[in-house]
Amino acid sequence: MAKVIEGLFYSESHEYVRIEGEYGYVGITDFAQGQLGNVVYVDMPEVDDEVTAGEEFGAVESVKAASDLISPVSGTVVEINEALEDEPELINKDAFANWIMKVKLSDPGETSALLDAAGYEAIC
Amino acid sequence: MNKTYYGKLIFEVSRKGRVGYSLPAKVGSHTLGEIDANLRRSSDLSLPEADEQTVVRHYTNMSNNNFGVDTGFYPLGSCTMKYNPKVNEAVAALPGFTALHPAQPVSTVQGALELYYDVQRTLSEIAGLSEFTLNPFAGAHGELTGLMVIRAYHQQRGDTARTKIIVPDSAHGTNPASAAVCGLQIVEVKSTADGTVDVEDLKPLLGPDIAGMMMTNPNTLGIFERKIPEIARLVHECGGLMYYDGANLNPMLGVCRPGDMGFDVMHINLHKTFSTPHGGGGPGSGPVGVRSGLESFLPQPRVVKSTDGTFELLADENSLGRISSFFGNYAIVLRAYAYLLTLGCEYFPLAGKLSVLNANYIKERLKPYFKLPIDGLCKHEFVFDGLRDEYAGGHDEPDHVTTLDVAKRLLDYGFHAPTIYFPLLFHEAMMIEPTETESKETLNSFIDVLIRIAEEAKADRSLLKTAPHDTPVRRLDDVKAVKDAKFIYKNL
Repeated sequence: MAKVIEGLFYSESHEYVRIEGEYGYVGITDFAQGQLGNVVYVDMPEVDDEVTAGEEFGAVESVKAASDLISPVSGTVVEINEALEDEPELINKDAFANWIMKVKLSDPGETSALLDAAGYEAIC
Repeated sequence: MNKTYYGKLIFEVSRKGRVGYSLPAKVGSHTLGEIDANLRRSSDLSLPEADEQTVVRHYTNMSNNNFGVDTGFYPLGSCTMKYNPKVNEAVAALPGFTALHPAQPVSTVQGALELYYDVQRTLSEIAGLSEFTLNPFAGAHGELTGLMVIRAYHQQRGDTARTKIIVPDSAHGTNPASAAVCGLQIVEVKSTADGTVDVEDLKPLLGPDIAGMMMTNPNTLGIFERKIPEIARLVHECGGLMYYDGANLNPMLGVCRPGDMGFDVMHINLHKTFSTPHGGGGPGSGPVGVRSGLESFLPQPRVVKSTDGTFELLADENSLGRISSFFGNYAIVLRAYAYLLTLGCEYFPLAGKLSVLNANYIKERLKPYFKLPIDGLCKHEFVFDGLRDEYAGGHDEPDHVTTLDVAKRLLDYGFHAPTIYFPLLFHEAMMIEPTETESKETLNSFIDVLIRIAEEAKADRSLLKTAPHDTPVRRLDDVKAVKDAKFIYKNL
């Protein structure tokens, strides 16, 4: 079974965000990596890019398919997970530990529109 | 085959100075030394050097490793790998065609233009549209051309706000790709549980920013979009145009026409529906058709018939210009023409109907073994969602048999694999399209092999997990192939 972690917020398009203070760490869920299969490339935004909740911020490419990444939150990208540039397979090893971007949230209230762990588990 | 010797690259069998024949030092009154130094290469050309017999064996062995419709059954879904009749090749090889030059004066190529004109008219009749251009080089090129027509239509009316195009979530990847190349923004519309476009999801997307909607009918699941008149009406009411992706035209041949369904612009893949060579076998051709009122936007040159019965090239001022050199892939159009004349009005409608019969026959016989996510009558193709759990093992079992394993095992039995992991709506998709050109015996042997593979999956998973066993190369590491690609032989 795919792993779902308590305390994170989830989108129906299988991204998660972990909130720490005014920052959010965004990645794809364990369920998503399982469905994609071996991840071979992660197309990440650049630092200082603006991202908007519900809009594309990059793409993840596996041997099976390429999928758009949809941001669960709005804000400014302050950091990207550079380790994924050389080792995109880290997402397959642990999708929750290997977040894709860190966002300075412009509207922390947006998480209320996302799913909690129980809600997300129900759609997996 | 002797892989240690003949399985090598031509560069690896090269030996310095080895040749198949010797050239005279002097040709006519010229010797090599007479060529000016500034016209001669300063570095070696790095071409392989081998004797004739080695070259012949190398390429003959390599061709034996290839698989095509001339080798065996090729049920690649969405690709319509129908047989390419040899009479097409015989016609295309006639010197009256092969000796033509595309820059010849129009008066000297009237026959060639008449043929071109006849194909334009015949495709228009088959599609239920007003006019066709045969210039695009391939399906995706046709999509781009068709979308450029749609954009030109809106721009000419001064309606520049239409920058978005609607594409179903089951669409071929080329649809959003072509739209993006055309500068359009893609809006995705969802499918219902039965795999067709969700009209309720479509309605809120429609508005003054919509340039049009791209659809494939039957769609990529092989399901006919029954709500197509309503969808076309809604899109037209909002001011958009309907684009028909002709990838799945085959089952519709002589039965129904995109123009009658409400489509305004479409492309046809001659290399799918009209039996011309496909994939590595030859270049494609993606003619684009339009409904009445859009003809003037089509690319140049267009072949038209004058009142005196002669044929000439039309350059319309509204035309979006050239999208190909000269006339596109003329020799492919020629092959399609041969196919059209071979079948004629009498047999043409049978092609589509038999392709539907063949697909349903395979589907019904195999559904006890494979998951069929959308039951009921399909058109020319259908999608399984992997083996049933009693054969594959449950999805939670880490070593359950996947669609990839089944596809690899099929190669051991001498069949090409179906399309796998597309469409993305299902996670273990396996898309089978037999086409009308296969006999019942071939279909039966394919079905029997897939049933045998299902039994193998139940009895011994490792047999599938390690497949293929009998191919020139075993299972490839597709992750490594992407991450650690080697593009030149010296890096091997």
